[in-house]
Amino acid sequence: MERVLVSGNEAVGWGAIYAGCRYFFGYPITPQNEIPEFMSRELPRVGGVYLQTEDELASINMVYGASAAGARAMTSTSSLGFSLMQEAISHMATSGAPGVVVDVVRLGPGTGTIQTGQTDYRLATKGGGHGGYRCIVLAPASSQETFDLMQLAFYLADKYGMLVLVLSDFIVGHIIEPVVLRAIDFGPLPEKEWALKGTDQKGGRRDFHMGILIGGIPEFHRLLAEKYQKVTEAEVRYETYHADDARLLLVAYGSSARIAGSAMDMARAQGLPVGLFRPITLWPFPGAALREAASRAGRVLVVEDSQGQLVEDVEPTVRGEASVHFLGVWARHNSGSGGVIHPERVLEEIKELI
Amino acid sequence: MSEGAIARELVCGTPRLKMPGVSMFCPGCHYGTIGRLLCEVLEEMGIAGKAICVVSASCSFSHALQMAIDFMLAPHGRAAAVATAIKRVHPDAVVFTLQGDGDLGAIGLGHFMHAMLRGERLTTIFLNNAGYGMTGGQMAPTTLLGMRTTTTPAGRDCDTTGFPLHVAELAATMRGVAYSARCTVHTPANYRRAKKAVATAFQKQVDGVGYGLVEFLSACPTIWGMRPEESLEFVGGEMAAEYPLGEYKDAGGIW
Repeated sequence: MERVLVSGNEAVGWGAIYAGCRYFFGYPITPQNEIPEFMSRELPRVGGVYLQTEDELASINMVYGASAAGARAMTSTSSLGFSLMQEAISHMATSGAPGVVVDVVRLGPGTGTIQTGQTDYRLATKGGGHGGYRCIVLAPASSQETFDLMQLAFYLADKYGMLVLVLSDFIVGHIIEPVVLRAIDFGPLPEKEWALKGTDQKGGRRDFHMGILIGGIPEFHRLLAEKYQKVTEAEVRYETYHADDARLLLVAYGSSARIAGSAMDMARAQGLPVGLFRPITLWPFPGAALREAASRAGRVLVVEDSQGQLVEDVEPTVRGEASVHFLGVWARHNSGSGGVIHPERVLEEIKELI
Repeated sequence: MSEGAIARELVCGTPRLKMPGVSMFCPGCHYGTIGRLLCEVLEEMGIAGKAICVVSASCSFSHALQMAIDFMLAPHGRAAAVATAIKRVHPDAVVFTLQGDGDLGAIGLGHFMHAMLRGERLTTIFLNNAGYGMTGGQMAPTTLLGMRTTTTPAGRDCDTTGFPLHVAELAATMRGVAYSARCTVHTPANYRRAKKAVATAFQKQVDGVGYGLVEFLSACPTIWGMRPEESLEFVGGEMAAEYPLGEYKDAGGIW
């Protein structure tokens, strides 16, 4: 199998191509520009289409159109651009259109910075647009995982007729690591009989997204709720490290999980029983597994480069089983846009708590 | 045929593509007529089976319930972006958008402009009735100066609301556009001219020449507060005076 040395952002492109995605629509925004640059170079080589759009509204609506036409399509953006996409994502949820969006998060709110931050968790997991829908949210922490999760993203999108968001960030997107290029076989999927092709192609007329009134509103919402329930039961993903004997459980995703992992290793080297719980699916949230691991440890420290968003899901999940502590954006090593939460700072906090 | 029976020949009927059902358009609205015209052109050109129409939130949405071709409802204003992607996935399909003046001229103007600039092989049927019909008659970018709407109760005043948007002229300035025309269906002669314009616009797409636009000045007696026959005169009079009819561009290529 071929091995390449690539950034997380380039791994997005490789993963998409290995997943059979042949349509990419995107608008430039830092820190994800390596993705459209990769796609503009690589997609034409495999007979695909790269199109630079006029804005993120066009990007996501083109993903919607290509998806309705039966193709695997994606866009990538960073936080501000993802905000702009919410309306169309709500429409896609209504019609059950598959699609993949990569949000390489930068610190917000507003223009914020063009560097690292994890301030989009709430937007990503609670449905940023109107109407009360869900997206599957995958949070990679390395280039290899980004490559693998991109393939999973396209599979899940087609399997459930949902938008899958891959929530990367500045650090995960720019760390350069070896990636094994391997095609993952998730099994067969049904034909997209609903795809728009013209009535000649399939001997019948297809409406796409003719509104929720057809079939009745209660039935529409019942089916949607059933779909989300199925995803919640079948698609939860997470990883634990040293969780069995931990007296303090770190909880972190994405780049913060790498930092928390380093802090855990430092703590373990000093004989401190620290573990790490890393959600890979942010929605569906791995609540049951987290509650179990947290109840054994009795104490939880959420490390998240934000003002506290993941911790809002952790707290009610482990309530009554473990105390919840939080190390957030104010623990960064400097006040500029290049500030990060160093593992040493996490270790300090561990020593306070254990 | 029995002896003495009257020989019958069908000289005019409902287009095959027109689906049965009650029209959702208000009395005197031209959208139904334009829908019929589109059915006729698609049938006569033999491209109905390859057609995919993208509509957005506007009265034009109702066409989707009445024509036997593939349809997609785009988010409001985004039809040109959605149609672009469909056409890129199915280059052999005939993809067209059916958009009102708020949808195309206000919220969706950026997508429309960029689809034209890219020279997408698309066709846009633009329905200009000088106001927002579906939402109850507010001012649109195409509302005539002096015209009363629910949000210009004293008449549209250019000092505060600017000027009417001329879509067919705008399209003609774009290098990616191969065909641009403005039509009406308020008389049989205009109906025939409009049919030719729509066929030409579709042909530009089929031949891969470039973007095609046909703007229709379309009566909306409901929001204009007119009787249907008055609205016919208004289309041919005040509307056509602000928005002159005719072909604005017919290019063999978009170099």
